[in-house]
Amino acid sequence: MWDIKEYTLHHHFALDRVAIPKITISAMASISLPSICPSAALSFQDKCKEKTNSRSSSKSVLSVKTKSRGQITMAVAVNTSRFDNITMAPPDPILGVSEAFKADTSELKLNLGVGAYRTEELQPYVLKVVKKAENLMLERGENKEYLPIEGLAAFNKATAELLFGADNPILHQQRVATIQGLSGTGSLRVAAALIERYFPGAKVLISSPTWGNHKNIFNDARVPWSEYRYYDPKTVGLDFDGMVADIKAAPEGSFVLLHGCAHNPTGIDPTLEQWEKIADVIQEKNHIPFFDVAYQGFASGSLDEDASSVRMFAARGMELLVAQSYSKNLGLYAERVGAINVLCSSADAAVRVKSQLKRIARPMYSNPPVHGARIVANVVGNPDFFNEWKEEMEMMAGRIKSVRQKLYNNLSAKDKSGKDWSFVLKQIGMISFTGLNKAQSDNMTDKWHVYMTKDGRISLAGLSSAKCEYLADAIIDSYHNVS
Amino acid sequence: MAIRTAITRRITSSSSSSILFNSRSMSSWWGNVQPAPKDPILGVTEAFLADPSPDKVNVGVGAYRDDNGKPVVLDCVREAERRVAGNLNMEYLPMGGSNKMVEETLKLAYGEDSDLIKDKRIAAIQALSGTGACRIFADFQKRFSPDSQIYIPAPTWSNHHNIWRDANVPQRTFHYYHPESKGLDFASLMDDVKNAPNGSFFLLHACAHNPTGVDPTVEQWKEISYQFKVKGHFAFFDMAYQGFASGDPERDAKSIRIFLEDGHLIGCSQSYAKNMGLYGQRVGCLSLVCEDEKQAVAVKSQLQQLARPMYSNPPVHGALIVSTILGDPDLKQLWLKEVKGMADRIIGMRTSLRENIEKLGSPLSWEHITNQIGMFCYSGMTPEQVDRLTKEFHIYMTRNGRISMAGVTSGNVEYLAKAIHEVTKAA
Repeated sequence: MWDIKEYTLHHHFALDRVAIPKITISAMASISLPSICPSAALSFQDKCKEKTNSRSSSKSVLSVKTKSRGQITMAVAVNTSRFDNITMAPPDPILGVSEAFKADTSELKLNLGVGAYRTEELQPYVLKVVKKAENLMLERGENKEYLPIEGLAAFNKATAELLFGADNPILHQQRVATIQGLSGTGSLRVAAALIERYFPGAKVLISSPTWGNHKNIFNDARVPWSEYRYYDPKTVGLDFDGMVADIKAAPEGSFVLLHGCAHNPTGIDPTLEQWEKIADVIQEKNHIPFFDVAYQGFASGSLDEDASSVRMFAARGMELLVAQSYSKNLGLYAERVGAINVLCSSADAAVRVKSQLKRIARPMYSNPPVHGARIVANVVGNPDFFNEWKEEMEMMAGRIKSVRQKLYNNLSAKDKSGKDWSFVLKQIGMISFTGLNKAQSDNMTDKWHVYMTKDGRISLAGLSSAKCEYLADAIIDSYHNVS
Repeated sequence: MAIRTAITRRITSSSSSSILFNSRSMSSWWGNVQPAPKDPILGVTEAFLADPSPDKVNVGVGAYRDDNGKPVVLDCVREAERRVAGNLNMEYLPMGGSNKMVEETLKLAYGEDSDLIKDKRIAAIQALSGTGACRIFADFQKRFSPDSQIYIPAPTWSNHHNIWRDANVPQRTFHYYHPESKGLDFASLMDDVKNAPNGSFFLLHACAHNPTGVDPTVEQWKEISYQFKVKGHFAFFDMAYQGFASGDPERDAKSIRIFLEDGHLIGCSQSYAKNMGLYGQRVGCLSLVCEDEKQAVAVKSQLQQLARPMYSNPPVHGALIVSTILGDPDLKQLWLKEVKGMADRIIGMRTSLRENIEKLGSPLSWEHITNQIGMFCYSGMTPEQVDRLTKEFHIYMTRNGRISMAGVTSGNVEYLAKAIHEVTKAA
């Protein structure tokens, strides 16, 4: 049916958390446009028609398509699949990294693709406080009944308090609509659906670059998006003027997607002063801030500090949206725990918004999974557990900071060119942009067995103290000797 | 707009956090957001919980209760939980979920020795219970058969309508329930199947139809399958109650097996909410039968593409429980025993409810209570009668007259019978 050739799609999505089998796809994979690009105008079948005309390999997509439209005899009907025209989805750029890493037999290999915390021994880590919470839950023998559509009430209360601060007047005023969501992704998706439904035509502005799945989410939710400048390759830092200019230039009433802390994939966060200016221009243009908070506590080590951008915007009286995830900071990756919060100007609006968030969730998954939410509620709700959690989070963030420092020390000591490597220290969080280009990143892998994504992004969570020197050597070599 | 600009300017000029903020003075972005109507099913439980009456009975949502009216966690589940607690890390599952869980789940639907499984012709992913499986399928249908519509039985689980609507797939209904007999309107069903354009997509309940409890007989399923062949229709089975209907999972999958024997390339949604009592864990599976392994790989990759921007990857806890149970012969046996126990209790309550109403001298026929199968009984009561049940007797159920038999106990069956008799005797 298909000529399956070796072909790997490169796209600059940095999808750090997904795993699909590594697949080889035919050249016809370019037809699978609906899955990777906004294709609002053309249907999938229209695109098939387009593509068939321009290609020489004449596997008859059209005739197959006609077949599946139902003009069929009885004998053929049963054996013909409707899925004949379905092509392989593009492979995930991150899993490709992990797969290649697995296949590499070198002892020197290092996996810096994984967006999940690793200990110094490079093992996955289940927080002690999580194990305690789970044991408690096991002892209690709680039931497994459906949660309400909006999720576990104790969790919703805890998560809003964690984000905004337990004493924040907006909570007393009941101005925040919160529902439990399927980690960050699911929360973003529900919010995107809300935007599509109530702000038809409104655009979401996303940073360039951003977490790859952001674009998929808004595409599938049929919300148009455009990019604002963010990363400046010259400084390996923030293109602040570009960012402000682009936000200013966007049509009034756009949604601005902001990373609350520990920007993914760059690790570059605005300073407090810059955040204030960003808030200024957003207010000027009547935009709505939409925060993605996936690393609260993980960036600086302090839950409160990492929420300061969100809290500052809230304190200005702005309405805003915030998606939260507990994948990293509580290590609950696979439990899919998060929340979407909509801060409204009145309690009445919050009630209405919450009801509509529920209406979106119901035909998506009915109600969210209970296990992870209970863990969070137990950890946050128990003062001893909560303190333990804060300690463990400081430890995890601390390990990341210390390997950053060690990497920087090695880079400065070993690189005699005088290049300024201090951006390594200025960046924050698990993820960092090295400033390496594709060819240089390839060199990292091919010559040094360091696995990372082609956009120069590394996950410091996968770096051990013992490997810092080796990594520094690899980076210096790739930067200077490869162009 | 002018007001908003003026206000925000005022806020901008005093942008320190010490603004005295009067929430009334600022207009909201969300002014045009109306309160959503309460979900007809889940709203019932909300109302029940708010009722202070000691006599209240909840026969609304389809969640199993034991004879004391308490939620149940199966022994096999408790044991599986013990085994998985704290052992494994919580690393992300692949987008398609737990392979182990999916493998075991396919065996349940397609048969232990299914050739389709051996030949790897089934594209399958772990899904967010039945809802999530249906939704991913609906989105898949929209993406790859954008001109198609879905035929949904009348009536059906109300969320089916929401799912295909939010997926932007136009929907039509086909005849299913026959109010006069409180059974299947088979003739009209077959007419609708015949009259639908060739190659239409149909949603079928594999067993224990929700909300009516009315299932086609084996012979009727065979006829439906044959007619589907003639018309080249696509059958999507929603199987949320395997094991729960008759007590025997193999028997409950009969409709699917008939279609498979006839060579249909079906789709299937499976849920562990009821039959393993994993409601809140959100564990299920979506599967699509393909022509060959290559196609199955391609289709699976596209299913994953739909899942990724919705939730990235599915929750692990419930999947671990399922694969622990189904992967251990002893635990699996225990599960089968417990499922049968649940189904038997429900069948017993059906008999009891019918007998109790008949004992009160009701002029109406109540044989449909025992004819129907699964968790639900379509009582035939009108919305007005249901309202009376709620207002006068504190009995909570959905307004379509659907009774969740799982909520009926030896402790409340007489009270329920009396109430039903009261509101229907004049009818």
